[in-house]
Amino acid sequence: MPLLTRIFIKTAMIYLALALVFGILLASGVTNGLFPVYIHLLVFGWLTQLIFGVVFWMFPKYSVEKPRGSEALGWWTYALLNIGLLVRAIAEPIQSMQPNPFGGWLLVISAVIQFMAGLLFVVNSWGRVKEK
Amino acid sequence: MPRLSVWFIRASLLYLLLGFLFGALLLAQKGISFYSPVWYIFPLHMEFLLMGWLVQLTMGVAFWILPRFSIGQSRGNKPLILISFALINAGTLIGILQFWFPVVLLIGRVSEVGAGIVFAAGLWRRVKPHGVL
Repeated sequence: MPLLTRIFIKTAMIYLALALVFGILLASGVTNGLFPVYIHLLVFGWLTQLIFGVVFWMFPKYSVEKPRGSEALGWWTYALLNIGLLVRAIAEPIQSMQPNPFGGWLLVISAVIQFMAGLLFVVNSWGRVKEK
Repeated sequence: MPRLSVWFIRASLLYLLLGFLFGALLLAQKGISFYSPVWYIFPLHMEFLLMGWLVQLTMGVAFWILPRFSIGQSRGNKPLILISFALINAGTLIGILQFWFPVVLLIGRVSEVGAGIVFAAGLWRRVKPHGVL
């Protein structure tokens, strides 16, 4: 299993645990802006990140020279996904309690970063989805 | 990777892009409130990422990697899987029209149920123990 896949999957596991903690907070009545963060930690931080890691590992080889496509794009995907998600996880609850321009623009930056992570993943994976 | 899996997975990647784009617009709207009608795409954000991306990706990968048959069609009943591909995409895409024709949401969901049933029927026998031909 390549290093990037191991890091994707281990990070996904951390998000899974973190999301479940958020679930406890929600069940305890702490709700300020946490529900969307809880959902995205689970679906984006855990499920999607796990899939990204496994796709990078197991999909058909891109070529003999570059079996996993661009390693650099893979690392950029990892970095952008996690920076974007963490910024959101911090800024969204704060913004829901005390809206302010700085927090608002943090959410915009997070939105752009997360979209870029998806775009780079698709660009890097597209050529590996092919018939044998 | 079989051709049908290529179709499923490439379609799922396109839904991933669209779903992420919609999600980015929604999150940005939460931050700076630039265009409040953008909230109309919230149902599409969920539908494209759950059905279009996650469900369709797993269908494509399952058709690719589940055990194959040694005799006859190695991956089972391909026409059924092709029908499920058509139904899941019709069901997901038709949701776009729900803003103008709310009833299409129900039609789309029925189509998705059909996709799930047909897909399960097409792959059922491939979920088998080692050694079964």
